[in-house]
Amino acid sequence: MAKTFKLHVQEAWCKGCGICVGFCPKKVLEIAVNGKLSVVRPEECVGCGQCQLRCPDFAIEVEEVK
Amino acid sequence: MTNVKDYIRQDKLPHIWCPGCGDGTIAGAMIRAIDACGLTKDNTALITGIGCSARFNNIMDFHTFQTAHGRALSYATGFKMMKPEMDVLVATGDGDCAGIGGNHLIHTARRNIDLTVVMINNQIYGMTGGQYSPMTPYPSIASTAQYSTFEYPFDVCELVKAAGGTYVARSTTYHINLTQKLIENAIRHKGFSFVEVISQCPTNFGKRNKMGSPYDMLMKQKEMSVTVEQAKDMSPEELEGKIVIGELVNRTDRKPFDEVYQDMVRKALAKKGEKL
Repeated sequence: MAKTFKLHVQEAWCKGCGICVGFCPKKVLEIAVNGKLSVVRPEECVGCGQCQLRCPDFAIEVEEVK
Repeated sequence: MTNVKDYIRQDKLPHIWCPGCGDGTIAGAMIRAIDACGLTKDNTALITGIGCSARFNNIMDFHTFQTAHGRALSYATGFKMMKPEMDVLVATGDGDCAGIGGNHLIHTARRNIDLTVVMINNQIYGMTGGQYSPMTPYPSIASTAQYSTFEYPFDVCELVKAAGGTYVARSTTYHINLTQKLIENAIRHKGFSFVEVISQCPTNFGKRNKMGSPYDMLMKQKEMSVTVEQAKDMSPEELEGKIVIGELVNRTDRKPFDEVYQDMVRKALAKKGEKL
């Protein structure tokens, strides 16, 4: 069975720089109108962890759902 | 994956760095490297100077100390001499380390004191308002060079190598896993270890030089980078404007200053019939 992942976003820490949006291979993330990160296609996430690795604000975490 | 948040003062977040600044990403890599080396919070000191890089000590939960501009290495030297059993890390910027503290860098490298220095090279004096630094590429626009800079930057890794640094490496924020690995090696290395990390400053460098978003700046780093192995077969003309990444120097033939000093103290005390 395919693994599923949950993305935890700390909105107060996010500054909307868009690095995670650029690096996401599945286009899961977008910057919303309020200038903060929003998870628009959570079901597409493959759990590569690029967003968590590269976020300068420690604002996103990837968790594997068991 | 290491839980980076365990080593962060979460009440200090969101930090003051601009959106897209590389410092946060490097802080994450540093924390993962420290965790991988098994250093504890109580036995690790993080010393910083002034500038954007100085904010590392605000968010990272170790023994931290913010010092005078360019003098982080001098304070770290004193710290290491007083507490040789502790692991001392220094986070510093290009203006702080290579500009204002240039002479301290030369002599700390020459003495080969067991410090791990991470120099975040964002190619500008970011916090003070975008003045050009000795690392600003030629030609670029800066707040003190409205038309263009007219001086060439220098290669700080070559300087540390010539001064006698025993571990010298370079990486970028794009190659963040390599950065983590190099910092790990630097912490494990006995002697003066220097890691230069090329970072992006979207606010004061990128915007003035029309380099696009933070993501575009990271992609530019990817384009410009060549590994040490690739660089071996390239001519100096081909290497013009390239960033050579990887381990540049790793030598073990020199004893660290603090070890030699402790030996000397033991010898002197033995003469008097005392012990350390």
